Amino acid sequence: AEWGGFEDNMQGGGSAVIDMENMDDTSGSSFEDMGEMHQRMKEEEEEEAEGEAGAGEEEDGEFLGMKGLRGQLGRQVADQMWQVGKRQASRAFSLYANIDILRPYFDVEPVQVRARLLESMIPVKMINFPQKIAGELYGPLMLVFTLVAILLHGMKTSDTIIREGTLMGTAIGTCFGYWLGVSSFMYFLAYLCNAQITMVQMLSLLGYGLFGHCITLFVTYNIHFHSLFYIFWLVVGGLSTLRMVAVLVSRTVGHTQRLILCGTLAALHMLFLLYLHFAYHKVVEGILDTLEGPNMPPFQRVARDIPVVSNAVLNTTAKAIALTL
Amino acid sequence: FPGLADVSISQDIPVEGEITVPVGSHSPDEDYSTLDEPVKDTIMRDLKAVGKKFVHVMYPRKSSALLRDWDLWGPLVLCVSLALMLQGGSADSKDDGGPQFAEVFVIIWFGAVVITLNSKLLGGTISFFQSLCVLGYCVMPLTVAMLVCRLVLLVGTGTVSFIIRLIVVGAMFAWSTLASTAFLADSQPPNRKALVVYPIFLFYFVISWMILTFTPQ
Repeated sequence: AEWGGFEDNMQGGGSAVIDMENMDDTSGSSFEDMGEMHQRMKEEEEEEAEGEAGAGEEEDGEFLGMKGLRGQLGRQVADQMWQVGKRQASRAFSLYANIDILRPYFDVEPVQVRARLLESMIPVKMINFPQKIAGELYGPLMLVFTLVAILLHGMKTSDTIIREGTLMGTAIGTCFGYWLGVSSFMYFLAYLCNAQITMVQMLSLLGYGLFGHCITLFVTYNIHFHSLFYIFWLVVGGLSTLRMVAVLVSRTVGHTQRLILCGTLAALHMLFLLYLHFAYHKVVEGILDTLEGPNMPPFQRVARDIPVVSNAVLNTTAKAIALTL
Repeated sequence: FPGLADVSISQDIPVEGEITVPVGSHSPDEDYSTLDEPVKDTIMRDLKAVGKKFVHVMYPRKSSALLRDWDLWGPLVLCVSLALMLQGGSADSKDDGGPQFAEVFVIIWFGAVVITLNSKLLGGTISFFQSLCVLGYCVMPLTVAMLVCRLVLLVGTGTVSFIIRLIVVGAMFAWSTLASTAFLADSQPPNRKALVVYPIFLFYFVISWMILTFTPQ
């Protein structure tokens, strides 16, 4: 009979005990369903609690005084179950909220993504007032994953051997490392050079700049002509670099700052494409590699005839940067 | 509680009673307890559910049974068998011989998690584990393709066998992608289906690529 009284009090306000019973039934329902249900229950409770807050508290106080030892035990049990329920609910809710932070950056339509992909190859002409950069993360993320897939394809067809690592790990590490690392570095430089760009915009800009890399690598991993690669490197890589540089220039004031930012970005972007082609791709002409296969250290599977050319390219690029700075 | 105003508690009354609070409405499966049934019944029920989902993947119709009662047994079995079959296959028998077990396992599960997060961020109405369940079950055609490839490779490793393997893997890849799209694309707003389908396409493409380039030692 005394527990009956307890029941009346609990049923009044969307109680913790009922919460726990529902929460134990996890078959077939998902984590966020729990979170949503708890959120709804919490809201219902809050609405009801506002209505009968005063009466409820007084009743509880009297309850304790009235029931003495038995009432206190029951109250503690209910309290404990309420705490556990509340903790689980808040944990579920915070997990949900973490995903929601990224939600506005994924709010795109397919036409927009397509338009931005094409735009990333077209350098803008007006650099006198700031160009708009869309702070979107879907396109860049998909491009990075596509680059990973293309890199895997290139590594597989060239039988690259990776010691102390895996093909997949290396590909993912390289691509994500470039995207996140160079974006952070450029954001830091932009902060030093007083450029008007946010981190998300920088991530977005660099991510879309990888579209040129994807095209180049996709073509040249399948058609093995060096001259073709150099043409693609200059034209496609150059176009996407020019676009990124133009957008950055439009957002920076001052000649020295513009030069620092754009020089660094251009160098890193073009050199990355060069690195991806030569480090992960065995040239067909490198038949000499198979003759001394076991003795070759990894990551150096380049053909014999081009070290002179690639060194010359690197030297001229370094000289050009040194001259401008 | 006016009626209890004169109750006095003495020290030597034992505290006893029932902690269960009789709830007004009974939940439907409260009378059906699965703790007392024989183990065979439990296992058979789970196996039947898994089998039914396999049939759903074979003939992808727009039914909600796959989505409603999600389970991860099927994906686990498929992933483990695919990873076992893909292990240790490469022309070179040095330190790294093809994708190792852990690599395949991690690719499949992390890929599925990324696709699920992506579809949720794009405004999908499907829940996290439901999406994982669908993506895992739709790996089944590719596991079948792996079996076929292994059998074909036992026979020969020439150009003909490569063409056969290419056709089989290509067909199974298309089947996987179509099956998972049939289940997942419905939960998206209609004009964004392409945004969700592309990562799924990429995911199954990477798995198909691993299967196609598998060469036994």
